[in-house]
This record gives sequence, structure tokens and C-alpha cells, in this order.
Amino acid sequence: MEAYLVAMLVFAGFYALMALGLNVIWGLAGMVNLGLVGFFAVGAYASALLTTKLMWPMPLGWAAGAALAAAAGAAMAVIVARLRGDYLAIVTLGFAEVIRLVASNEIWLTNGTDGISGIPGPWRGAVTPQEFNLVFLAIVWTAVAIGFLLLARLSHSPFGRVLRAVREDEDVAAVAGKPVLWFKVRAFCLGAAIVGLSGALYAHYNAYIAPDGFAPLLTIYVVLALTAGGVGSMRGAVLGAVLVLVLLEGTRFLAAAVPGVSPVQKAALREGIIALSLILLLRLRPQGLIPERTRTLHAPKATP
Amino acid sequence: MTAPILELRGLTRRFGGVVALDGLDLVVRRGTVTALIGPNGAGKSTAFQCISGVIRPDAGKVLLDGQDITGARPDRITAAGLVRSFQIARGIPRLTVLENLLLYGQHQPGEAVLGAIFSPAATRRREGALRERAVAVAARLNLARVLDNQAAALSGGQKKLLEIGRALMAEPRLLLLDEPVAGVNPTLAAEIAGHIAHLRDEGMTVLVVEHHMDFVASLCDPVIVMAEGRHLAEGDFRAIAGDARVQEAYMGRRAHA
Repeated sequence: MEAYLVAMLVFAGFYALMALGLNVIWGLAGMVNLGLVGFFAVGAYASALLTTKLMWPMPLGWAAGAALAAAAGAAMAVIVARLRGDYLAIVTLGFAEVIRLVASNEIWLTNGTDGISGIPGPWRGAVTPQEFNLVFLAIVWTAVAIGFLLLARLSHSPFGRVLRAVREDEDVAAVAGKPVLWFKVRAFCLGAAIVGLSGALYAHYNAYIAPDGFAPLLTIYVVLALTAGGVGSMRGAVLGAVLVLVLLEGTRFLAAAVPGVSPVQKAALREGIIALSLILLLRLRPQGLIPERTRTLHAPKATP
Repeated sequence: MTAPILELRGLTRRFGGVVALDGLDLVVRRGTVTALIGPNGAGKSTAFQCISGVIRPDAGKVLLDGQDITGARPDRITAAGLVRSFQIARGIPRLTVLENLLLYGQHQPGEAVLGAIFSPAATRRREGALRERAVAVAARLNLARVLDNQAAALSGGQKKLLEIGRALMAEPRLLLLDEPVAGVNPTLAAEIAGHIAHLRDEGMTVLVVEHHMDFVASLCDPVIVMAEGRHLAEGDFRAIAGDARVQEAYMGRRAHA
């Protein structure tokens, strides 16, 4: 049970990193991105391949995973520069599917649907599995903490202000003297890098990756996490990620505790509970648990 | 007559089969408040869009102080010293008035990713200078009390003032105002006219598109009349009002019995 809890917290860390990345791209710069899992996969595959085939040290693999995802993000930002809303959603969704299909079919590189196994983990084998989980827990949440601090700083900087302006009205941001495309590229890069890092860490935690692990559902969970936590709020992104994971996992026990239903019904019940809680949350608190707030005040409000 | 600050030469723009600008020639002279008027569909707004780089002209030239800025990106044009306001006050509704003003500040090192993270001192210094300027701009436009309000919460008139204030933050040489008093009550319209006159007295050049004729008559000289995408007439308001071609453009031709 304890091992299970730790593993779930590690996964919460992956979700939190992804939600932070999405928050830069969608929350601040307003670009819908349903291709998150694509960047996650790019980071995972890059790091897995470099460390297993070229024997790169793990930290370098993680950095490469983030860098490659960032490059993909930059390319994506340029391609979709003129798209907004639904169209952007479709193109990014397509991007993630393309990545998954490439991973399934370029067998020479990715080993196809069999996936890549034997990906090294930090001190795996040298310590017990329980200890390995704890080591990884520390690594992931350190990454979350660093990512959070840097992004929170950016979000409340003049850079974040311009991203919010781009989100609300590109023409106004351009007339304000801001090179809009360059801001979008940087936001996409930054967000994709963090999502890519999350993917790289995931590969080394799991020791095994395959195209099946990068289905669009993961993107949807992260979008839900950010929506529930508060779009545009970095603290909201982290909180939302933890909340979604608690919902996803906690409902297993909740559904199991209901007497007199078959296993199939339990599974359905669980999904029903997840859906209902998210609907209720968005109905009662559409701005998210921690709403976006900017801190540039002229007169600091008197504390009551 | 002062030197021209803005020159349009043969500016042309079509939207499908509609010719919105049909070889527009126009000169705005330094230190004036020049009005650009004309009946609906004359091409005033399209001219503004082309000048400010929001859309590209099909042909013709836009010269700012002799420098060719035709088809340049809006941010480059702003950097060159020409800033426009928007007709329907398009503030960034979820940012505060102060943030809206700061947004228009230029040369902020904190707008670079690395600058924002690693040079907090330079960012803070520039932010401090911009903030001082924003407070001064807000004070002169009577927006000081609403600095911390979200732009969405402003009244229609305050939004118009914020449009002007934001443009001023970019320290322009030439200010383009798109209907600065449309839908504003007469008292506030007079106040806005006063602000613009003040700016002119300090050396600013302003080009205004406006339908409100009292406002144009009291403030603008010269007045340029556009019709069907072209320059029709130019002069002081009195001369323009008496011009038969202008009357015809607005009212239509008198039918001869």
C-alpha cells in the first residue's frame, strides 16, 4: 500500500510537470494544445534511446529529451502561428497522433509497438524497489519545484504580462510593440520543454515505454487538471494535477467499497464519479481552485 | 507649414471585389491634430489598419518621417514611433489598468525569458521607470483612481481614455486615434478634446478618425475628407463644411429637376 502511494505521488509529479508546461502554452499564451502527449513522447523516446543505445548518462538524456521537445514545440508554434481555438486544437491533436504512429512504425529506431525496455533508472538495482521509488519521488518533485519557481517568476514578470496580452488580443499586443510570433514561439518552446522533461523522467521511472503509453487520454487528464486547478495559475496547475490523480486513483477504492455491484459496474461507477466530480467542480468554481491573479498593483491592498 | 511626419502615397487595398483604398494620398504635418473624416465606407479604418501594419496594403507607400514603413509588422511600427488606438476599446480586459499601461512600455528587459529570470534588477529598474510614467499618464487622464481595476470594469469613457493612455506609454511621435469620442457623453468628449489639444501643445502630432463633427470642428486643423478610398478635400473645418464636393459625398447629389 505504501509503495502504491509513493508510486502515485511520482505520477502526480509527472502530471504536475505537464500541467505546468500546458499552463505556459495555454494558460498564459492562450494557445490550445491537445498535443501534450506528443511532446511527452518525444521527451520519453529521446531520453530512452540516447541512454540505452548511445549510453548517454541519464541527466544528459533528460536534458536532451526536454531540448528535443522544445525544438518540436518551436516548430509547432511557427506552423500554427495563424491558427486559433478549434483549429489549433485539431492540429496539435494531430501532432500527438503523428508522433505515436511514428513510434509504432519506425521499428529500426523505436522498436515499434514492442517498445523499449531496460531503460536505466537512477540507482535502480543498487537499492530496493521501495527505495528506488523514494529516490524517484525526490527527483520528480525537485523538478516540479524548480519548474514551478521558474515559471511562477516568469508568469509574474513583464514576459508573462505580454503572454497574457497575446492570449487576450494579439492585435493589441502587436500594436503595444511586442513581436507576437516570437513570444508564441518562446511560450511553446518553454512549455514543450517541461512536458518533454516529464516524459523523459517517466521513461526512466517506468523502465519501459511503448506507443500505447502515449494515448490522447493523458492529454485530456492534464487539460482537466489545469482547468480544475485554475488556468493561468501556476499553483493551480500543480494542485489540479494532484487533484486529478487523487480522483483517478481514489475512485478505485470508492467504487470497490460499494457493495453489490459487479466488477464491470464498478469500473463504470468509477468513471462516473470522476466525471461527476469534475463537472461539479467546473460548475461551482469555473475559474478553478486557485484562480489566475496578477500581482502588479499600484496601491497594495490594506490587509484587513 | 511644418514638415510632414506621415505621408501616404497611392495607398491601395482591395477586399475581394471591394476597393477600400483606391490610391490614397495624404500628408500629416508635424505638430497638428489632423482629422480624417468621410462617410461610412470611405476607407478611413482601412487606411488606419494599413498605416499601423495590422493589414498590408496591396500597393502604395507609407512614410513615417521619410522612412518607408509600408507593410512592416505592427510592433516595428510602434517601435518607429507611430502608435494607434483601437476604435472599440480593446483593452486587455483581464489585466488591470496599470498592467494595460505597463504593457505598452518599451525596452523592458524582463520581456525576455532569461531577462525575466536572471536579471531581476534590470527588470525592476525598468519596471519602476515605466510605473512612474504609467502613474503620470493615468493622473493626466483622470485614471489614477482606477489603476488597480480590471480594464473590463471601466466605463465606456474610461476605456477610451485608457486607449489614449496606453498609446502614450509607448512614447509615440505620431498618435493615431480611431474614433476617440464615439459613444462618449458630450462632457467627457470635451475633456478628451482637451487632453488631445494638450498633447499637441507639447509637440505631439495626432491623426484622428472621428464622426463627431463638433469635436472635429473644435480641435482639428487641417481636416482631410476621404471618399471612395481617395483623398477628396482638405482644409480647415469651415472651408471643408462649405465645400460642395464634400457635401455631395456625405449627402449625395442634388437631383436636377
